[in-house]
Amino acid sequence: MEALLIEGDTILAAFWMTIRLTAVSALGSLVLGTLLTAMRVAPLAALRAAAGTYVSVARNTPLTLVLLFTGLGVGANLGVELSDDIATNNFWLACIGLTAYTSAFVCEALRSGLNTVPVGQAEAARSLGLGFVKTLRLITLPQAFRAVVAPLGSILIALTKNTTIALVVGVSEASVRMREMIETYGDQVIQIFLGFAAGFVLLCLPMGLLFGWLSRRMAVAR
Amino acid sequence: MTQEALIVLDRVNKRFGDHHVLRDVDLTVSKGEVVVIIGPSGAGKSTLCRAINRLETIDAGTITVDGTPLPAEGKALARLRAEVGMVFQSFNLFAHKTVLDNVVLGQVHVLKRPKDAAERKARELLDRVGIGGQAAKYPAQLSGGQQQRVAIARALAMDPKVILFDEPTSALDPEMVNEVLEVMTALARDGMTMVVVTHEMGFARRAADRVVFMADGEIVEQDTPDGFFTAPGSERAQSFLAKILTH
Repeated sequence: MEALLIEGDTILAAFWMTIRLTAVSALGSLVLGTLLTAMRVAPLAALRAAAGTYVSVARNTPLTLVLLFTGLGVGANLGVELSDDIATNNFWLACIGLTAYTSAFVCEALRSGLNTVPVGQAEAARSLGLGFVKTLRLITLPQAFRAVVAPLGSILIALTKNTTIALVVGVSEASVRMREMIETYGDQVIQIFLGFAAGFVLLCLPMGLLFGWLSRRMAVAR
Repeated sequence: MTQEALIVLDRVNKRFGDHHVLRDVDLTVSKGEVVVIIGPSGAGKSTLCRAINRLETIDAGTITVDGTPLPAEGKALARLRAEVGMVFQSFNLFAHKTVLDNVVLGQVHVLKRPKDAAERKARELLDRVGIGGQAAKYPAQLSGGQQQRVAIARALAMDPKVILFDEPTSALDPEMVNEVLEVMTALARDGMTMVVVTHEMGFARRAADRVVFMADGEIVEQDTPDGFFTAPGSERAQSFLAKILTH
């Protein structure tokens, strides 16, 4: 146990990085996922096709590949620099990769949510003179969001755990810290594993509870 | 009643695959006129009603509203829809908005009215249709009759030139039909231009200026309510009336 106690501060710092990766990528995925959803139902066929292709590619590519692509492809090869500080640069590259990947899942969840909104809601909105964007923004998407709160919660939990793959871009989040500790404290591997696993459960369990509660609270009565 | 034409349909045709739902429909609705469309199921009544604000596209012919041909899409179509109110069979109140917000939304986001003015107008209209006390509730907390009256208030809030009613009482429990028909009758009396698809013959007799009888996608005949109900000219109208009035 003492390894976990001695390294308490560095473990917390590593989990703090996990939380930051999760928070930024979650926000990014929500925005990009919503945009993709709007594109997938847009009146313009080109927009629908573009979003559909994007979702198919991002959803069916392993996250490790996506992150390697952002790290090595976008970062190293194309030389995209988001910050002078290498750690900060890697952080943002990881967030881009995680967002690119997760937004495809958010899009699919939201699209299934849109399908639960009766067609009459959009017809009523259009008959008042609301255009495509306002109908989506004011009427159909808000109801779609409320319908998919629980699946969005699952996506957030998956994202939290997926941040461990940011190690391939060189971000020192919880799983990197765990590996380092296993090398230093070779006699306490099991305890270290259990400690970090508990950390993730502690992080994810409240999310599940919160989203379960939210989905009941926000459900639209029909 | 003035004779100025507000809605003009000229040789309107529509097909759903092999099914020819609207055949060469010509119809003119004047300002202030109440036109009730009746006929058997599948006659194309609802399709006709929905075509007037282009919720249903047409294959041939023209539809003109207040002198302007129905725009195909985009901002011009949205503007036109704002001038043409619509009341649906299934109410279609925005389920995630309160009753008040349902009536405010179009005023604020389409007509760009200030929020407080829009709320004042919404409350007036809700009082007018007899549900002022329910403004803070959500649609699902209301009865069908109350929801449909909110839907009428929502349409009225846009100060439309005409309101289209697509079987407004068909989804209601029998005891709630009258409360909705009373609101519609009052509107008709106040001079609102209305196109009403309905099976309520009592309402047609009482409130209509003209009854249009449709069957198999065609307008078979049209007349004043008295003329139509006492002496229908066509065989199809006679057999339709015989079926519904003998019970």
